[in-house]
Amino acid sequence: MRSLFILLTVLLFVLILVLPFLGILAGAGAEGFAAIYEALMRPESLHALQVSFIIVLIVTLCNGVLGILFSLQMVRGPWLAGWLRPLLNAIVDLPFAVSPVIGGLMIILLFGPNTLLGAFFENVGFKIVFALPGMVMATIFVTFPLMIRELVPVLTELGQTAEEASATLGAGPIRTFFRVTWPSIRWAVYYGLALTAARAIGEFGAVLVVSGNIVKQTQTATTLVYQDSIDQNLVAANSVALLLGLISIVILLFLEWMKKRKEDQLHAH
Amino acid sequence: MLADRTAEGSLHLAHMPVVSGCQESFLFCRPPLNYVWRDRKLKVMPTVTPYQIAVRSLLIGYLLVLVVMPIAAVYAEGFSLGWTPFWEALTAVIAWKAILLTVKLSVVTTVIQAVIGTMSAFVLVRCRFWGRRLFNSLVDLPFALPTAVSGLMLLTLLGPQSLLGSWLQAFGISLLFNQTAIVIGMVFITFPFVIRTVQPLIEQFDLAEEQASYTLGASKVYTFCKVLLPAVVPGIIAGGLLTFSRALAEFGALSLISGNLPGKTQVASVFIYGEIENFNTQGAAAVSIVLLTLSFLVLWAVQALQKRRGIVT
Repeated sequence: MRSLFILLTVLLFVLILVLPFLGILAGAGAEGFAAIYEALMRPESLHALQVSFIIVLIVTLCNGVLGILFSLQMVRGPWLAGWLRPLLNAIVDLPFAVSPVIGGLMIILLFGPNTLLGAFFENVGFKIVFALPGMVMATIFVTFPLMIRELVPVLTELGQTAEEASATLGAGPIRTFFRVTWPSIRWAVYYGLALTAARAIGEFGAVLVVSGNIVKQTQTATTLVYQDSIDQNLVAANSVALLLGLISIVILLFLEWMKKRKEDQLHAH
Repeated sequence: MLADRTAEGSLHLAHMPVVSGCQESFLFCRPPLNYVWRDRKLKVMPTVTPYQIAVRSLLIGYLLVLVVMPIAAVYAEGFSLGWTPFWEALTAVIAWKAILLTVKLSVVTTVIQAVIGTMSAFVLVRCRFWGRRLFNSLVDLPFALPTAVSGLMLLTLLGPQSLLGSWLQAFGISLLFNQTAIVIGMVFITFPFVIRTVQPLIEQFDLAEEQASYTLGASKVYTFCKVLLPAVVPGIIAGGLLTFSRALAEFGALSLISGNLPGKTQVASVFIYGEIENFNTQGAAAVSIVLLTLSFLVLWAVQALQKRRGIVT
């Protein structure tokens, strides 16, 4: 009975998770390694990868710094009234409930060419929709709860005694943060950053809507995969997808390795 | 913050010894404490520095611009022409068929996940077998993969070019561009949810309860249904709700494998994308409002459930 269940589960995992991944390997390698190399070295895929990289860099940096600031305020802020804290918590979670396509639609509705804000920024010479700023905004919208959700429980469990001790011993807020707070939240921050980066690389729906998917201008790696598979250029699509899949697996393994560190650190006190 | 000026002044003088040179260059002094009347008592509040004011405004402003305003914009756009166009946009045959199809298939996906997710979680926690740790890390793969890549994977696997696809075709089974394909895509995308909410509950479960049931003469099936299952049901419900809301929202994978036939295999998110491409933002916003409202209700239900039962997801 027991072995039957194990067999069923293993079968399920192989069918649902392993088989599709092998499918992509087979699809990319159908015409040999040279074809994969050629597909990745096309000017449009190089450009798409570069755009993806820039977006990931900006988004991860932004979410990292602001995420730490916000989590500290949300957990510790003495100014938050009793009703405000749960409200802020709920607002932070909202992006999880929003479909990525709707996330893109929101940016277009706010900053599109025929809206008030959009026209203003266009006049100043700063294009938001169908350009990099809009794509970054869409990605930030989708990813910004990740960092805060990772940090808030850690900060809550940590408590404030160590920081208060440091402050009474005469350390300033900056010194207290880097000497006392940072070492204990370090792994949670790295974990949140890795999650954010993974989600930012993979963001598709919102970016597709906002970018307009213009080849060699606003095309990211994921929208390139989409374009190639719609154009029936399956070997090229699978090659780029294989690269993205490998990056995701590396990040997944990295997260798995960090999860243990993070938990050890949390329970060390 | 309403500081009592006179009280602040006098107490400040009484408290702090006047250090020579401090008055000339007060920049180097620590700021005076902030005395406030509250509940008929004089209380000391931490001083509000410009830095703190900046951080607070940043936090509120960021949330307003980045989350509240965009969501409000969708609701505003949907109702921008009044109730009748909103209602007309929703009751257009293609629109409500897309919404209905999405809700129906999401429910099917949730039921499938509740069964296979619970089973997988039990096996992963309770059974020791070769490759268990590897499988346990693999569970999160659908979250880590870009959704477009997931869609392409299924497209390649089930398409006529692949071994499996051609084999299925020989039997006359097609798993692409129909409702089965959409369910397969949804199941792949939402795979981790139920497993990850049920797993900690099984790990926390006290074995003594189960052993007590056995010693009292209960059978394996009876023990499972009466002792174990009630303990993990909250996890199944929370995971199921998350699965449902994720399946409703999914776009990337489904846009590639659903086939996108209006009225037949077009799901709501792909319909919204089509409307945006046709510059019909009002119609797109109307359908978005339905999806958003459903998702918010689900999210709220999950949070209420977690608050009551204290489940950590």
